[in-house]
Amino acid sequence: MEQKKVVMDADGIDRSLTRIAYEILEKNKGTEELCLVGIRTGGVFLAERLKKKLTSIEGVDLPVGILDITLYRDDLRLANKKPMLGKTDIPFSLDNRKVVLVDDVLFTGRTIRAAMDALIDFGRPQLIQLAVLIDRGHRELPIRADFVGKNLPSSLWESVVVKLMEKNGVDEVVIEDDNQ
Amino acid sequence: MKLTNKDILGIKELSVDEINLILDTAASFIEVSTREIKKVPTLRGKTVVNLFFEASTRTRTSFEIAGKRLSADTINISATTSSVVKGETLIDTARNLEAMNPDAIVIRHSAAGAPHMLARMVKQSIINAGDGAHEHPTQALLDMMTIKEKKGTVSGLKVAIVGDIAHSRVARSNIYGLTKMGSQVIVAGPAMMIPRDIARMGVTVYNNLAEAIKDVDIVMMLRIQLERQQQNIFPSLREYSSYFCLNRHNIKLAKEDVLVMHPGPINRGIEISPDIADGPYSIILDQVTNGVAVRMALLYLLIGGQR
Amino acid sequence: MKLLLTGGRIIDPSQGLDANLDILIENGKIAEIGKNAHKPKTDSRKSASREINIVDINGMVAVPGLIDMHTHLREPGFEYKESIQTGSEAGAAGGFTSLACMPNTNPVNDTRSVTEYIKRKAASCNLVNVYPIAAVSMGSEGTSLTEFMDLKDAGAVAFSDDGKPVANSALMRRALEYASSLGMSIISHCEDTCLSHGGSMNEGFVSTELGLQGIPNIAEDAIVARDIIIAEYTGALLHIAHVSTAGAVRLIRDAKARGLRVTAETAPHYFTLTDEALREFDTCAKVNPPLRTLEDVNAVREGLRDGTIDVIASDHAPHASTDKEVEFEYASFGITGLETSLALSLRLVDDGILTLGQLILGMTVNPARIFNIPKGTLKTGGDADITVIDPNRNWTVDRDGLLSKGKNTPFHGQAMKGKAIMTIMGGEIKYRDLP
Repeated sequence: MEQKKVVMDADGIDRSLTRIAYEILEKNKGTEELCLVGIRTGGVFLAERLKKKLTSIEGVDLPVGILDITLYRDDLRLANKKPMLGKTDIPFSLDNRKVVLVDDVLFTGRTIRAAMDALIDFGRPQLIQLAVLIDRGHRELPIRADFVGKNLPSSLWESVVVKLMEKNGVDEVVIEDDNQ
Repeated sequence: MKLTNKDILGIKELSVDEINLILDTAASFIEVSTREIKKVPTLRGKTVVNLFFEASTRTRTSFEIAGKRLSADTINISATTSSVVKGETLIDTARNLEAMNPDAIVIRHSAAGAPHMLARMVKQSIINAGDGAHEHPTQALLDMMTIKEKKGTVSGLKVAIVGDIAHSRVARSNIYGLTKMGSQVIVAGPAMMIPRDIARMGVTVYNNLAEAIKDVDIVMMLRIQLERQQQNIFPSLREYSSYFCLNRHNIKLAKEDVLVMHPGPINRGIEISPDIADGPYSIILDQVTNGVAVRMALLYLLIGGQR
Repeated sequence: MKLLLTGGRIIDPSQGLDANLDILIENGKIAEIGKNAHKPKTDSRKSASREINIVDINGMVAVPGLIDMHTHLREPGFEYKESIQTGSEAGAAGGFTSLACMPNTNPVNDTRSVTEYIKRKAASCNLVNVYPIAAVSMGSEGTSLTEFMDLKDAGAVAFSDDGKPVANSALMRRALEYASSLGMSIISHCEDTCLSHGGSMNEGFVSTELGLQGIPNIAEDAIVARDIIIAEYTGALLHIAHVSTAGAVRLIRDAKARGLRVTAETAPHYFTLTDEALREFDTCAKVNPPLRTLEDVNAVREGLRDGTIDVIASDHAPHASTDKEVEFEYASFGITGLETSLALSLRLVDDGILTLGQLILGMTVNPARIFNIPKGTLKTGGDADITVIDPNRNWTVDRDGLLSKGKNTPFHGQAMKGKAIMTIMGGEIKYRDLP
């Protein structure tokens, strides 16, 4: 029997994203030079949703990029199963941009480290901020999110799964106990 | 999903799933080569040796660029078989290389089976960059990638391969690959250039260009090796090009949206007329671009992380 | 000193013998064959056993010492591949009491002195009888004939430029006439080198897939046909070496039907393996003529069955690892064969192609007849050359365990059934592998 606990439902996700959108605007004093980069795969959909919210609030069209961090991972050497490489698509210059990196779950911080390395290869942003839906703790690198949907203290043997309509057909965040 | 073997010796040994994995991975690598900083750290600290026993600027450069864009250290070794006692080179070079512990060895050799021999001798991943008239798997993969990019699929197509089939490793690898992926392959050339029993590889054989390219989606022209004339394989270039050169007249026999490919280097005016090589049907330069991506994909899949 | 083999099944096609009998050997000769041969005259077995060595070969088969009519001993000149000593050891271990060695040494065996050297060296090794085959042409270069009479006098048993064809038809004609006048055969290596040039395996589907240049069947067939035509015109004795193609079998069958004095041999690999064995570029399966297709293998087997092919010879072609551990196209042609020949041939008996008697005929009587040598028989008074075979011995080919210097076998790791367990030459046990 797998233990599953829904910790966030569709409304909860939507409210968090709305709040994050306002926080982004507040912190950056508007949308000037602002862009969003979603990390494959969950971050991509969240970035798109944030963009919609920001557009409806400010009435401007923000550029959104997609970042696949596979080629920058530090665990390729150790990974038993090679992750499928996805396309990176950042069709605009990052020079002098304010980049908001978007991911679904912040965990060890290693993905974000890889993402920042990748971004730097694309240009020289003015600043990089991080938006995540869930921060589950257990950081292994000195990385912290600027915008957090929900802080979710978790055990190491649990996995936190963000399910999104675009890929899973449902919006919810669940905790699964891997030990079962 | 990962590759079954430590080596890429030929398309014959690859499954359809493996071919798809390589093509999909390669498609993702296209973007890296369009960046301003065309380099990712994926293979940092890995060493790739390009061991070329046969002259080849294009393939060697392509592998070198692929390795470098993945941050691997690439080392080129050009060896000639003629200057040393035959045979000793490969075995000794292989053992020496193995002792230096590279991660992958890319080998081009004029003798069929040389990469297979190397693969048996060393623990490193071997990538066949062309062995004699046997296989040239990376060329076929980049060809299939280019076809997929332009046609959206590699299956259900009619592909004519024209030229000296007997001496062509490109032909063999593409025959394996395209038939595996569900396309129909036609080979054509004068009888002396068609190897015995090739129909058993699942291809249709023609001895004239018009029949071969009728209603095809792709025409793949092969380079005519000038030295074959001395070997009495064919009487003259003049005659060959009068009957087998793809030009703007005979190309009308193919489908309207036909694509023209060539593994290069081209003998302009011999197997392909300049207006075709540079014309709208030609995707020859796309092949070259995709070559880097395919080779990046192979290096990534073979030595990027644990196998 | 006497030697008595008791309890074995004796097969000697030279006298139509197949029965459980004893063989008594005395002074290097067959003294008696019969039931209870050498019944001790006294009951004092102790004193009897001192003068007679009794070997119980119950369940085994004793046959005339096997003759390999096509071996490369490589000496003089290529001792790094094989020597007369190691080749003799390998031969004895393979059950052979006589080997005929091909002249493609360095120097080529084209003069009396080389023939005599081989004879002398073989005698000092004293493991098997060695019969030199001398070259047809000086240096096997195909231009001028060697001194057939002188070479015969020195001990040559046949003439061949093996490894190469006698390309010049006029020279072949002279050679056939000359040899035949001495009652000797020309052993023809049939290969049209214009057709085979540059090839390293059979031409066909497999060579097309592997991208290797092929050696077509017609390269063999064309010269077999030519030589048969010349043999017919001259009435000479022609022996076709290492038959590998269906076409060659057909040509030889027709020639025999027309009463020509043509004989033929094949080697175990030609009725055992096809060109599929080269799929992994195994240089140990690279041989000339090349391994052919299943159709050819079946034709060779049929040729053995119906007597078109008279002899099974090993075409033992030992090579050093440096000759074989190279790119396929650069590797030397040849398979080391002395120690696997018998077991592979015994498969023909298991497969119902030949009876054991017919197989032994092709490895004893027939080669002896072609060479006109007093071997291949267990007749009383003859040389006591005997091979004892355990037809049921299961063993595995281990290239490192071969006595030959040539480890180039495509059968490494394969299970075999049947083995020579005792090889007796001139009444002396030269090899023994008793359980």
